[in-house]
Amino acid sequence: MSTISSSLFDVNHLDALSNQTTCIHRIDPRVKLLTTLVFIASILSLNKYQISALIPFAIYPIVLISLGNLPLKYLLRKVLLAAPFAFFIGIWNPFLDTNILFNIGPVFISGGWLSFASIMIRFTLTVFAVLALIGSTGFNAICMALEKLGVPRGFVVQLLFLYRYIFVLTEEASRMVRARSLRSFDGNGMGIRVFGSMIGNLLLRTLDRAQRIHTAMLSRGFDGEIRLAYPLKINVWDILFLLGWSALFILMRFYSLPHLMGDLFSGLVK
Amino acid sequence: MSHHILEVIDLEYSYPDGTPALGGISFTVTHGESVALVGSNGAGKSTLLLHLAGCLVPQSGEVRIGHLPLTKKTIPQVRRNIGMVFQDPDDQLFMPLVYDDVAFAPLNLGFPPEEVEQRVVDALETVGAAHLRNRPPYRLSGGEKRAVAIATVLSMSPSVLFMDEPTSNLDPRARRELIALLRKFEHTRIIATHDLDMALDVCTRTIILKNGSIIADGPALDILGNEEILHAGGLEKPLRLQGCPICRNN
Repeated sequence: MSTISSSLFDVNHLDALSNQTTCIHRIDPRVKLLTTLVFIASILSLNKYQISALIPFAIYPIVLISLGNLPLKYLLRKVLLAAPFAFFIGIWNPFLDTNILFNIGPVFISGGWLSFASIMIRFTLTVFAVLALIGSTGFNAICMALEKLGVPRGFVVQLLFLYRYIFVLTEEASRMVRARSLRSFDGNGMGIRVFGSMIGNLLLRTLDRAQRIHTAMLSRGFDGEIRLAYPLKINVWDILFLLGWSALFILMRFYSLPHLMGDLFSGLVK
Repeated sequence: MSHHILEVIDLEYSYPDGTPALGGISFTVTHGESVALVGSNGAGKSTLLLHLAGCLVPQSGEVRIGHLPLTKKTIPQVRRNIGMVFQDPDDQLFMPLVYDDVAFAPLNLGFPPEEVEQRVVDALETVGAAHLRNRPPYRLSGGEKRAVAIATVLSMSPSVLFMDEPTSNLDPRARRELIALLRKFEHTRIIATHDLDMALDVCTRTIILKNGSIIADGPALDILGNEEILHAGGLEKPLRLQGCPICRNN
């Protein structure tokens, strides 16, 4: 069960990154969350053939990662891990959309390849931005931000509990799997029937645990509402961060910077 | 203030499937007493604790804490005065950060923010975990988790502490530190445990349960030194009261 344990460790690592105190980490979680949403919305709303307009957007993850002191190599591994999903969504485009749009010398580029490239770039940019958000903010602070921004409390609390107990649950699961593999030989005992009863067992244990947690909550005065004491404060820098980036994203969304630059240069040459 | 802080009168309970768990238990605990609740596995220790903490309601008989009888109606009131530390700290620590967990009860009790902050700081300092306040619970060691779990109930300044196996799964030093901590408390304490050496250190009184009934109740040293009674309860003398295995002296 090395995969479960190691990916667990990775989540831990991402969370540990959020304990730094760089200028990016100090920005209010709400501001970072909103900025990232504007970023994603701007990217996703671009036309599927507008690749050149996508490139300048890389500035946002680059700034966040470098100023936030996040390890690029580690984030890149995470992006690659998720890349197959985007790849298989996009890979059919070249076959479905064979309309030739332009050529580079003897190579004719169809709309399908263009939109495929566009999907991959969008994917890379958005995943990098989200990882940078988590790495510079922390999952719990993002949940807090969601709550302050008006997401229903029940939903936020569910997320928090999920995040709290995912570690306990995966540890329990990996202990079971280890115990099974130590007593399974030649593939005996690794079949679907044993797996099924293990999953069932895990579910029952989880229900038991849920009940114990509920009792622990009740005995400390839980009355159906989770109260969290986080004084979040937005200062001038936070506002500037949000407005500055959002303005830039919207600008880049409607005016393709590479085209503008190209026009500018060709104008100068003339 | 009543002298008798806790009264259990003829308490009976059987599980939904009909298995009897407690059969007519009665005892009284006075203010500031520390009581060890011992007995073999399945003797009913945990079930009794759950009753005392108001997590189970008596099927027959009565539990009184302070002057209040424990009923469905009085449970919220009673719970303000009791701190229950569960066996598995992972059940007790359910919030994202140590701070949130320790602040959970004071916030629920409606204290103003400054007071909550003060209570959290005090509770964490008492258990020597002030440096852990901004850590997520899943990254703590077993000993740290236990200390924080105790802080989560200290922050509501309860008058009675109930603990289920506080020294289980601790390394010897963490266990020693926990014992030192428990000895410092002035709360009324009821501790369910298999660690009889700890009981000897921390508790002045011992109650032995067997098959849901009390078979012995008295000063800790008398009971824990009495082999006959301990054997009847499926227990053994605390290691410190047993002879040295090398020189064979009793």
